[in-house]
Amino acid sequence: MQQEVIIAGFGGQGVLFAGQLLSYTALDEGKEVTWIPSYGPEMRGGTANCTVVVSDEEIGSPFVKNPTAVIAMNLPSLEKFEDMVEEGGVLVVNASMVNRGVERDDIKVVSIPANEIAQEIGSERAVNMVMLGALLGNLDLLSLDALDKALDNHLPERHKKFLPMNKEALRRGAEYKTEAVEPA
Amino acid sequence: MAKELIKGNTAVAEAALRAGLEAYFGYPITPQTELLEHLSARMPEIGRPFVQAESELGAINMVYGAACTGKRVMTSSSSPGVSLMMEGLSYIAGTEVPAVLVDVVRGGPGLGNIAPAQGDYNQIVHGGGHGDYHMLVLAPASVQEAVDLTVLAFDLAEKYRNLVAVLMDGSIGQMMEPAELPPFQPLKTDIPDWAVRGTGGGENRVLTSINLDPPAQEVMNLRLMKRWQEIEKNEVRYKGYYLEDAEYVVVGFGTAGRISLSAVRAAREQGIKVGLLRPITLAPFPKDVLDELTEKAKAFLVVEMNAGQMLEDVRLVVRGRKPVEFFGRMGGVVPYPDEVLTEIERLVDGPLTTEGHPRDRWLARLSETIG
Repeated sequence: MQQEVIIAGFGGQGVLFAGQLLSYTALDEGKEVTWIPSYGPEMRGGTANCTVVVSDEEIGSPFVKNPTAVIAMNLPSLEKFEDMVEEGGVLVVNASMVNRGVERDDIKVVSIPANEIAQEIGSERAVNMVMLGALLGNLDLLSLDALDKALDNHLPERHKKFLPMNKEALRRGAEYKTEAVEPA
Repeated sequence: MAKELIKGNTAVAEAALRAGLEAYFGYPITPQTELLEHLSARMPEIGRPFVQAESELGAINMVYGAACTGKRVMTSSSSPGVSLMMEGLSYIAGTEVPAVLVDVVRGGPGLGNIAPAQGDYNQIVHGGGHGDYHMLVLAPASVQEAVDLTVLAFDLAEKYRNLVAVLMDGSIGQMMEPAELPPFQPLKTDIPDWAVRGTGGGENRVLTSINLDPPAQEVMNLRLMKRWQEIEKNEVRYKGYYLEDAEYVVVGFGTAGRISLSAVRAAREQGIKVGLLRPITLAPFPKDVLDELTEKAKAFLVVEMNAGQMLEDVRLVVRGRKPVEFFGRMGGVVPYPDEVLTEIERLVDGPLTTEGHPRDRWLARLSETIG
């Protein structure tokens, strides 16, 4: 069993850390995992993304053309990755930053006002956790409890005061459930 | 020791340090910089020298000098930086002192870009510096393998008084994977009998690569070549996947190898009997296993992130006995598994030929795709 997630957004939206948290969780759960960022000038241009592959066996390619799921934190990310989601896969869209609907009807779309939710619980910086929660609420990948544990274990000490907010953000995101799409 | 999630560049740096690296000399270049950055913090922390040289030329010559003392030393860089080191590498080879080079290859030629590539295979595997010498070349495909091969690199360098290169690409440098770091080794205390340690009233030792007397130089050349024969006999490493019943064999190293693994699995799901040979030592090249596979297999597909450099080493072993096809992406473009799968399917569908050159056929196909 192998699943792949691409997380994409502006620099500063916590895209890379969201992917790392997912990777730490997979590691703690005894899975094989790879995390690979877009690096270099691409990041300076304002967009950043990372690809996370989670598997039960030795992982081949760390690069994925048609991931199981995409988290699109902003419009450029939606434009770039909408067509790439695997048929029957999950696309989580940050409705706060995107002014159009999703065109695909063969994937499960989770549209969530993540910025507003993050603000409600204390800080817009938790937007990545809201989006990650929304993914896990709609994809059988890793449990929220496992993610909580990974946060406890791997959040840098200086950020420990944000633990409750991050956990709350994950849960609020996970409440956004969308029905699965029947494959055509 | 538990596994931790760690970036390839950082993991190699920490592994080198734990393997008893006594001095590091380097110059920053993407996509290798985290390696140097990690050591810039960790080496002083434990009281060992870290030097950011004025250039790659400075760095490699500092490595040369430090290697002459018999200490564990290394440098690391990426393609254009390694080109600048070629003179020094040849001098190190000519002086027969051990040293480790980590090359995190990027897209080229020239300044190119900072994306992952394998275009420096020929430079590292078949020399790049002048003169008759070989580097032992280790090609990891994962962060764990990068860690393990870095430790091995120091042991092999010392065992054979030979240069050892760890040839990675930008994606292995930048990728995070779970890896178990090696235990801390104590620093070496035994001084090799060839090392120069300053004037202590002992015998006079000279380490140099200059040899103005051709017959004497030839004796040295013979010694190097015999040593290389010994390395070829003892140090071949590779990993095979699904080879037992394979009718078709994909050959790929490093990142191209692991991308091919995904394609091989997908082809297996379709019932295609295909396996993967992933050379771990590029020099010495795993000729014997490839020769055995040539007896059994119907055809080969070589996959690289370059224009077919290892391809020539494969062809030298297969020698026209079986068809060899090639697929590559260049310039920092990384192939997706489905591209490799398409090539495997093409191999199965045929027609196959041992005529002509696989590179010409590949270039014709690629020109249609990317014009």
